[in-house]
Parts: sequence; structure tokens; C-alpha cells
Amino acid sequence: MTDDEIKTMVLRELKNIAPEFESEIDPALDLREQIDLDSMDMLNLVIAIHEATGVDIPEADYPQMSSLNGCVSYLRSRMK
Amino acid sequence: MPALGADMEVGTILEWLVKPGDAVKRGDIVAVVDTEKATVEVEVFESGIVQQIFVPLGEKVPIGTVLALIRTDGEIAAPPAAKPEPVAALPKIAPVSTTPRPAAPTTVQRAPRPAMPPTVPGRLRISPLAMRRAVELKVDLSIVKGTGPHGAISRADVEKASKAPKAAPPPAPSPVEKAPEPAAAPAVEVPSAVRERKPAVASEERRAAMRKVIAAAMARSKREIPHYYLGTRIDMSRAMAWLQAQNLKRPVTERLLYSVLLVKATALAAREIPEMNGFWVDGAFKPADAVHVGVAISLRQGGLIAPAIHDIDRKRPDEIMVNLRDLVKRVRAGMLRSSEIADATITVTSLGEEGVETVFGIIYPPQVALVGFGKITEEVWAADGMIGAKPTVVATLAADHRASDGHRGGLFLAAIQRLLQEPEKL
Repeated sequence: MTDDEIKTMVLRELKNIAPEFESEIDPALDLREQIDLDSMDMLNLVIAIHEATGVDIPEADYPQMSSLNGCVSYLRSRMK
Repeated sequence: MPALGADMEVGTILEWLVKPGDAVKRGDIVAVVDTEKATVEVEVFESGIVQQIFVPLGEKVPIGTVLALIRTDGEIAAPPAAKPEPVAALPKIAPVSTTPRPAAPTTVQRAPRPAMPPTVPGRLRISPLAMRRAVELKVDLSIVKGTGPHGAISRADVEKASKAPKAAPPPAPSPVEKAPEPAAAPAVEVPSAVRERKPAVASEERRAAMRKVIAAAMARSKREIPHYYLGTRIDMSRAMAWLQAQNLKRPVTERLLYSVLLVKATALAAREIPEMNGFWVDGAFKPADAVHVGVAISLRQGGLIAPAIHDIDRKRPDEIMVNLRDLVKRVRAGMLRSSEIADATITVTSLGEEGVETVFGIIYPPQVALVGFGKITEEVWAADGMIGAKPTVVATLAADHRASDGHRGGLFLAAIQRLLQEPEKL
């Protein structure tokens, strides 16, 4: 997957989890704070990403996925 | 119309999933109802045969209204629609749930309308999809001509009718069961997206309605319930270590959240101290047999729902996690079941996500206790003469002083604390 594809995929899953969030997502900022995600939402996001990419993300790596940019670089490194 | 929570006053039938002649068994979902707070799948409380349906699709009725008649298994089969029976002689009436419901004001029971000729089914023949379209397009169903089997109205019929110039309604009454208002569809606001499992994006109106019902329930709680409050800080190091070790072994789809442990410990403690688990009804405390824990789930667009997970005290954490995930998903989509909304015997609210340490809860009537958990924080902790840093959580109890005293409340929180020290046994 290219970075753009990863980004599109993450945004799509975020949209499923938080459909009522309509503003632009700032890729550098914390997702949980921007979209008001709780730990259940975060888990659902990780599951959705796992289903889309096959990457099994250990709990210890969640902090690396706090922003959209973080998700992209983390997933890129894991998919190599 | 069952009272789906202490705060509900009216409900609208969005969908009938049964028709006269259908066999139903306890727990089956027979209808979908829209309340101010959510779209709710109504489960039936008796097994039997559906005799007659009284409230048509799209109609808004007060709680307590008879929705349908179900002949229970033991009863003699009366020929359907033989003669109108007086209300008092009605066999058992279908809906609702086992929970005592003092909140529900006794409302007028609508007398069954005179029975219809047996050849005419007591419901509009229309698919749920077509019903939704009709509501969306504000089509008066009484003037739609059905082209489906047995004159059933299809989505295409509805769409065709919406494009047709608005003719005066035909003088002849529709063959459909008559609602007091002319075919109710246009008047009703239905979150159609919900039924298509699309996310429910709350409209301003819906948000305002939800605010109103929360206001009514909470005002009633503060007016009537003499709350007392207790709190204690709990060592979570064992629970968190156990959870981390578990999650390391598990595939992502089977991971647990710590709130599952908190909810389970609360349920077991409620079994030990039964004064926390039940309802204050008619001036007396009625303990509940089962422990159904209401889990407060906030909606991002504002508002709050605390649907129940049933029999938590008897479920393994894995099972509770599956239930919780499913529940959060359906809350976000605005689709719940009647028993989930009405059955909670105690409520847990966990505001740790927002970063608060301590929750001072308001009891959801007619329940008698609400347990709050704050954020998990690392604290300096002295134990066995040693000082260390440990993850901790503050557990609080808001309890009804009519039903219990502080001593019992204290034992209850102590039980939660003790249970969380042995997470592997939860």
C-alpha cells in the first residue's frame, strides 16, 4: 500500500467509527482528542485496520498510532 | 407500548416484524419502536400466537398502550376477530419486560378496535424498506396502491406515489386498519438511516428530545432519591498486569478492555450486597434476582444511554467484552433492544476516558445504586511498609439511602476492591 492508500483506508475506518465527525482531520494532531474517541473506538479502529491490512497491532504500539501521520508511518513500517 | 426506561413517555412503531397468526416465543423481537433516545427492538415477554395488532406503523402512542394481542400457549384458540372483546377480558397482553416499572404512569389502554373481517390482515402490507421511503418522502400510505403480492406496497409504489401530483385522498376508507389520524406516515420523524444500519447522525430535534428525557429522569432522581456517596481508591496493579498479559496472547479481535473487569467486579459485588441491586418501587426496595449492569455510554453528538448487559455476574470477561463491543456499536447506530433499555438493575459509569478521577453519580431511577470509575492513574502507594508506584482507580458509589445504609455501601465498595485483586477469577 502507498502512503496515500493507507491514509485513505484509515480515514475510511475512522468515518465508520465516528460518522458524526465531519470536520477535517488534522493529520499531525492526536486522533482521540480531535474526534473524541474512547478506548472502545480505538480498539475498533485497530481491529478494522487489522482486517484491512492483516497487520496485528500489539497494544504496546497504540501510542505510535495516536495521529493520522503516526498511523501511516507505523503501518508503512509494519507492512514492509 | 413498553416503557423503555424511566424517561420514556411515547413511542412510535417503526416496524412490525410479526403479523396475526405468527407464533412467537419469549424474547423474540416483534417490533421496532422509536423513542426519544433510540430506536429499540421490542422483545416479546410471552410465547404464543399473535392474534391481532392494534397500533399501525408510524403511529405515536403513549406508554401503556396495548400494541398487540398474543394468545399464550395455554389459552384456548379464539377464532381471530370473532367479536370485539371488552378490554378487561383480554388474554395476556404481549409486550414489555419483567422489570417493575414504577416510572411508567399508568396510561390509558386503548380498547381494541372492533375486529376486522378475517380476510383483511390487521396491518398494512408494506415492506420495512417501503415504509422508510414513505416516511422519508412524506407519502400518505392510505393513497398508495400496492402492486406486490396481496396488494403489498413496495418501495417502487411509494416512490411512484411520491412523484404523482397530490390528489385528494379517495373518499373510500383505506382497507388498512385505521389510525385515529390520517395515515400517520407524514407526521412521524423516523431516523431512517438507523434501520439501514447507517450511523445515526442526530438531528437538532432529536438531540433536544434526548436532552429533555435525560433532564426529566435526572430531575426526578434528585427530587426523590436521598443519595449518599462513598468513594475509595483501588490498587489496579494486579488487574492491569493480568490484562496486559492476556492481551499480549490474544489476537486483536479478542482483546479485553479494563472496563470489562470493573463491570464484572461490580456485578459480583452486587450479588454479595443485594441492597445495591434492584429497584425502589412503591415505597419499598425490591431486590433483583439477576444482575443486569447498565453501562453508561455517551454519544459523541451529546446525550447518554445506559443499556444493560444481562447476567454479568455469570459471564466470563470474554463474553462481557463481546457484549460490550456489540452494545457500543448499536448505541452509536441508535439501535437497541427493549430488554437492554429497561432491565438494568444497577449502573456503572466510567468517566476515566475523559481524564476525571472521581465520579459523583446520579442514580437512574428506579435503580438504587450507581457505581462510578475514574481514570486509571499512577499513584504513590504504601503497602506492607513499602512505598511504590501503582496504577489506581477511584471507585465511587452513589446509593439510595432509602434502600441501604452507608455501612452496606462501604462493604459493597470493599467487595469491588477485593475482587479486583484477583482478576484471574473474574
